[in-house]
Amino acid sequence: MDLPDDGLVLVLKEDCPTCRLIAPVAADLMRRGDLKAVYSQDDPAFPGGLAVRDDRGLEASFALNAEIVPTLVRREGGREKGRAVGWRRGEWRTLTGLDDLGGDLPDERPGCGSLSAEPGMAEELLARYGDTGLKARRIGVAFPEDPFERMFDRDWTDGLPVVPPTPARVLRMLRGASRPAGDVVGFIPPSGHACTVEKAAINAVMAGCRPEYFPVVLAALDAALETEFAWQGLLSTTMGAGVCIVVNGPVARRIGMNGAFNALGHGNRANSTIARALLLTAMNIGGAKPGGVDRSTLGHPGKRGLCFPEDESDPAWRPLARSRGIPEGVSAVTVFGFCGTGIVNDETARKPEGVTSSIALSLNAINHPRRAGGGMGAMVVVGGEFWRVYREAGWDRAGIEAALHKATERPRSEIRREHVDADGGEAGAGGDTIPKFAPGDLLVVRAGSNAGLFSTIIQGWGSGPKGSQPVTREVKP
Amino acid sequence: MIDNLVLLDPTPERRRAMRGRTEPPPSLDGVTVGLVDIRKHQGDKVLDRLEALFGERGVEVERLAKPTYTKPAPDDVIDRIAARCDVVVEGLAD
Repeated sequence: MDLPDDGLVLVLKEDCPTCRLIAPVAADLMRRGDLKAVYSQDDPAFPGGLAVRDDRGLEASFALNAEIVPTLVRREGGREKGRAVGWRRGEWRTLTGLDDLGGDLPDERPGCGSLSAEPGMAEELLARYGDTGLKARRIGVAFPEDPFERMFDRDWTDGLPVVPPTPARVLRMLRGASRPAGDVVGFIPPSGHACTVEKAAINAVMAGCRPEYFPVVLAALDAALETEFAWQGLLSTTMGAGVCIVVNGPVARRIGMNGAFNALGHGNRANSTIARALLLTAMNIGGAKPGGVDRSTLGHPGKRGLCFPEDESDPAWRPLARSRGIPEGVSAVTVFGFCGTGIVNDETARKPEGVTSSIALSLNAINHPRRAGGGMGAMVVVGGEFWRVYREAGWDRAGIEAALHKATERPRSEIRREHVDADGGEAGAGGDTIPKFAPGDLLVVRAGSNAGLFSTIIQGWGSGPKGSQPVTREVKP
Repeated sequence: MIDNLVLLDPTPERRRAMRGRTEPPPSLDGVTVGLVDIRKHQGDKVLDRLEALFGERGVEVERLAKPTYTKPAPDDVIDRIAARCDVVVEGLAD
């Protein structure tokens, strides 16, 4: 751009009373030859009678880093030597060296916000005129092509429209977390291609995430990439598995997640987009495409991603992340591979033993009612009224988990021999019963509204060292 | 004037090298067949039967196994296949 290397330059806009006030001063400076360029951000005919440069694209405003208009800058040899912001007669006289400047104006008037400093504009202007440092290939979409259709054509979506990952949006996403854009998050299965923080940000933009969700997305990626989570298996299995993310700690409230009404359903942006960012990363970086390496026989709606915060409002409830070693007050995510959800409905339940029995009967159907001995996991989301029954009887997380393990033991005679997991719970069980779940394979969390005698079972995939184990990771800024 | 929109590529911007399928050997004379059990249910039964059938024909067999079908094969399993086997039969499904 043609920014003068020497002399005074002025940035202003017509939609600013102070800029209109100092228009005669600009004309005076121009007449005297000191003012080399006037840039107008909104109306190239303002101020009238002057040779104004059209800066509606805000290139000069960006180059001069104008935050307020009017901004008067003195330049020498292409560098800034000083500036005056707003109208302060003394400052302007010092900067210009003219003792008689603006004598009939008030002593001072504050300026207005520069259009280049409007919210979200910084990244737009950096993307347009600056060095973003972004490395991803840039793909142009020429008007009047529809970018949404182009993204479908390129097979970048999960079947629903995605947000166009423009450089400005990706820059904003990256500013939501503190990790450098070039850092490698990990190698995404099934292809094993490297995923940088920048590529994760691109996919998070497409998923619809806001920048403040990005630390949660990165923590979930870190967790999912741990070997024990077996993301490769979850992405390629015929059983059809998705990633469930439980969010604990202050970040959930900070980013506006919903752990109450419809917590596992639709309607909340953070709940809806964080797990989708993982899916798009797996599809776009890892190449997990249905019918390709994703061999899901049927799949399920939750494969799009399930993410919800645990209800931590009751101090009697020990949150999931704390039970898994995360200190109080620290935000964390827990990833859990899952194959669908089912509701437990028992509106007659009044005692904890009855609630436990109802949940256990439903848990026994997981995978196959005649299968036991471990090798499968489940997460039980205890709803508000089920929790009330437990709490009033003095039960806590550990008590509920232990009771559910006990209540899901199955009579050996009902279990098919070929359905007993060889490495599961059978070995030490003995006796007439076989545990349905191996130790550690049942997770219990709290979510949902306070009305309704329901809980939800999130059915796991293969569990334990041979399958997918839940992984908890701290959410770092 | 309407600016063109710029999108950033969400993919890894690279492809895995694609190699053509190796031609099957004209005969099994002198060939070592790797029988790889990925630990899917009953995969061992199929591979046991294949081992017997290959044995009847005097074909040398190398038995290999992944620790679990849910995770990629460890490097030592892949190295053994590469070092010792000319062809491989893998038991994939239940």
